[in-house]
Amino acid sequence: MTEPRDRTPDASPPPQQQPPPRPRGVLGDLLAPVAGFGVTFRTMFKKVVTEEYPEEKLPTAPRYHGRHVLNRHPDGLEKCIGCELCAWACPADAIYVEGADNTEEERFSPGERYGAIYQINYLRCIFCGLCIEACPTRALTMTNEYELADDSREDLIYTKEQLLSPLLAGMEAPPHPMRLGDSDQDYYLGGASGPTAGDGA
Amino acid sequence: MGLEEKLPDGILLTTLAKMLNVARKNSLWPAQFGLACCAIEMMAVGGPRFDIARFGMERFSATPRQADLMIVAGRVSQKMAPVLRQIYDQMPEPKWVLAMGVCASSGGMFNNYAIVQGVDHVVPVDMYLPGCPPRPEMLLDAILKLHDKIKAAPISGKTAWTTVDDSPYEKPIVRDTRVSRGTA
Repeated sequence: MTEPRDRTPDASPPPQQQPPPRPRGVLGDLLAPVAGFGVTFRTMFKKVVTEEYPEEKLPTAPRYHGRHVLNRHPDGLEKCIGCELCAWACPADAIYVEGADNTEEERFSPGERYGAIYQINYLRCIFCGLCIEACPTRALTMTNEYELADDSREDLIYTKEQLLSPLLAGMEAPPHPMRLGDSDQDYYLGGASGPTAGDGA
Repeated sequence: MGLEEKLPDGILLTTLAKMLNVARKNSLWPAQFGLACCAIEMMAVGGPRFDIARFGMERFSATPRQADLMIVAGRVSQKMAPVLRQIYDQMPEPKWVLAMGVCASSGGMFNNYAIVQGVDHVVPVDMYLPGCPPRPEMLLDAILKLHDKIKAAPISGKTAWTTVDDSPYEKPIVRDTRVSRGTA
């Protein structure tokens, strides 16, 4: 048992007396509100920082993580091969993919498989971009679009039709046969005019 | 609450309903319910750069009695659910709820026992806003979409359901009965 230390109450310095405020005089009293409004008046001549959002939309950062898009090959075939790596990478389990086999009659993507069902639940998605990193064919990328609010949970589960990029000039809506080469290798290794074209390998 | 709930929605009162809805939409006072990181973006919306005062919403209310719109910003834990419901019950009709961010909307990446999987298990939600957290423009966009919804609302301004029993979703597991005893 140790003895409690001797605490003397007068160890702290005595409280300092504030000096009384200097009298301002009549003119000082009159100008006091003006001095108070000085900040207000000065701000009137500063540049306005407010963004007029709905009227003029400022562009986001170029690599902003916005809504996803499912890309296409130049002939319109889908790049998604239904491998589900995006769904596996997703930390929020927001992506649902079901792959299916391409046939010669019904071809959606070059190669064996395509994504038959592709859904992203935007009420789960945290826009981290891990799905983009996981995608082996660059089929899934992100746009800068961010106006996603909706009043129904069902409508915020985006389906493949909503996510697929629109058909550009020269693109043809799948299913159709491969236009850019004989095999899927032509799509991935330098295009149809590449060294592997016509080799039959 | 008052007379407007007993009034029928007819041809006679459409102009009145429109006037009321324009008034409601242009002075929507938000009740802050900031629970996590989304609240930071909500504060940014209140600041000068995004300036929610442009839409008549500058007064973020710390009292639910003088609020029309509850912005639930952040993840709602099971323990917080009865508190949220009580705040909602204390707001006067007509009232709206905006679920800001994926956690409030659906639980987001926190799919576990501690987090309410969407604040619509507890209160009726009028607008869901994805994002983690949503950027301030997204919140403004959600508010503007809610304005459009309010403009088209009937004269009573009533939402689809107001009690948990009417909720189309699974009921929350409310363990803390201390808070909900007074209102239940």
